[in-house]
Amino acid sequence: MLMIELVNVEKHFAGQPVVHPLSLKIDEGEFLTLLGPSGCGKTTILRMIAGFEQPTTGEIRLDGENVTDLPPNKRNLNLVFQHYALFPHMTVEQNIQFGLKMKKIPQAEQRERIADAIRLTQLTPLAKRFPHQLSGGQQQRVAIARAIANHPKVLLLDEPLGALDLQLRKNLQGELKQLQRNLGITFVYVTHDQEEAMMMSDRIVIMNNGRVEQVGSPKDIYERPETLFAATFVGENNVFHEEHMFAVRPEKIRVAAEPEDARKSGIIQDIVYLGNIHKLIVHLAHEQTNVTVALDFTDERKWEIGQRVGVNWNAQDEVMIGP
Amino acid sequence: MKRSFGIIAPVVLWLTVFLVVPMVAVIAVSFMQRDELGNVVYSFTLDNYARFFDPLYLGIYWDTLWLSVLTTAICLLLSYPLAYYISNASPNRQKLWLILITVPFWINFLIRTYAWVLLLRTQGVVNNALIDIGLIQEPLQMLYTKGAVLLGMVYTFIPYMVLPIYVALEQMDNRLLDAASDLGATRWKSFWHITLPQTKSGIMTGSVLVFITTAGMFVVTDILGGAKAQMLSNIIQNQFLGARDWPYGSALSVLFVLSSLIIIGLFNRALRSSYEASKEARV
Repeated sequence: MLMIELVNVEKHFAGQPVVHPLSLKIDEGEFLTLLGPSGCGKTTILRMIAGFEQPTTGEIRLDGENVTDLPPNKRNLNLVFQHYALFPHMTVEQNIQFGLKMKKIPQAEQRERIADAIRLTQLTPLAKRFPHQLSGGQQQRVAIARAIANHPKVLLLDEPLGALDLQLRKNLQGELKQLQRNLGITFVYVTHDQEEAMMMSDRIVIMNNGRVEQVGSPKDIYERPETLFAATFVGENNVFHEEHMFAVRPEKIRVAAEPEDARKSGIIQDIVYLGNIHKLIVHLAHEQTNVTVALDFTDERKWEIGQRVGVNWNAQDEVMIGP
Repeated sequence: MKRSFGIIAPVVLWLTVFLVVPMVAVIAVSFMQRDELGNVVYSFTLDNYARFFDPLYLGIYWDTLWLSVLTTAICLLLSYPLAYYISNASPNRQKLWLILITVPFWINFLIRTYAWVLLLRTQGVVNNALIDIGLIQEPLQMLYTKGAVLLGMVYTFIPYMVLPIYVALEQMDNRLLDAASDLGATRWKSFWHITLPQTKSGIMTGSVLVFITTAGMFVVTDILGGAKAQMLSNIIQNQFLGARDWPYGSALSVLFVLSSLIIIGLFNRALRSSYEASKEARV
């Protein structure tokens, strides 16, 4: 079932387009991620859905209703802010209660919903604390609890894990995904971290310079990137410009110690050891470019910097890019 | 231990010379007597404090407190919307407004207060204008009333209220208002539940400043209130300069400082929330 629909939505700031005309449909219960570098317009799209920005042209529909002209407080969705924006003078409980109070939910139901939200986000021992008494990860949980207590149709998340360190971010990614499955509500997630997007999303919208580069499942986007940007932004890729432009993932490339029969040949420029993967950077003599090769973890051959090698791949692993 | 004392020694010295010594002197003198010529006689008495409980002085004391509370309240009601408006203006406009608010400080305070005399007296600008447009036949007695004193006080001290509130509004994180709106709050509710509690420190600072300075002010009362509207500070001033009764003036000063402290303490307590308590507990 359709939950959010953007129809030719466009946004200009001071005459400059920041979001080019965009149409997008988001389903109920879907985890959709807007992925792109900073300044690509992803946050602006999120803020337009939330109601903090007005589209210059176009229409936004939420669950069949045109909400383009409604202010944020009249839209049945909630935003988890990048820096949480918790109310400093209220306890965890009072922060969660705020939205319920504004909507004049009966007291008994308020208590029930607060208890649910606190339990789902594992905040029970912290309910009476103030935000400044919590760690970053705990504040993040409060921001999510405060949003989901409202039972929104859609939860919008603006780089919610951006301020946390890597280990905590990894844990919370899993928790968020689990929470989304349990609640069954639509999540629209904004991030610049492609790994995060790949891991959590049902569908990813890749954006660059205010334009959509590609929309698809993580698998689609990884295996069949449609544009040069999509091919290089998500995961590592080797792009070749011949009659057509095509890309081959590092793990699809094999190295051969005998360069003579290989498709291309070059010199090993660097050997990168990353624990679970082992990579060679090979400089191709003719193309003046580098190719990254991910070695099979069973590869026991001795490679040396400066060694002349051949690189090979199967034709079916070439992904055509562009028109 | 020794080293840290070396660092704070100048502060201790400064406080001793300019705060502790005068305070101790005032407290000491308040328990002494005076002779017919107005010299302080060094013998102990409680008479100075007993005299304060004369209905005449109690009445003036009450008037002083009431006028100070009223001045503070009016300043707050006028300043908050003004500070709010300024903090929401464009940066250039904000600068302009702040300059306009501080412009009166560039002019001598006595001259500004006498200007009110020109405006308010029976032959003054306001009365003449009202007669000219036919609103009144006889000039109104505006000068030398409690109303004139109140007006003068509010006029004098309003910047002390506007500036701290403006600073508090500026320091507030506006993303909190976005969050409130996202959670369903109307603009008015956001103001009531977020902006107001977040700017309480500014309200507190402004109110204490205005209250104390109003209660201690005697020039405005002298010029705009005449003999009719006397305040405690006028009596104190008179004891030291006119009546030459230093012990009684000192006793009144001590009582005045004590009651100010109590009122400020009560006020802080009323405004302080568990949130501020939790913040202080952490430090």
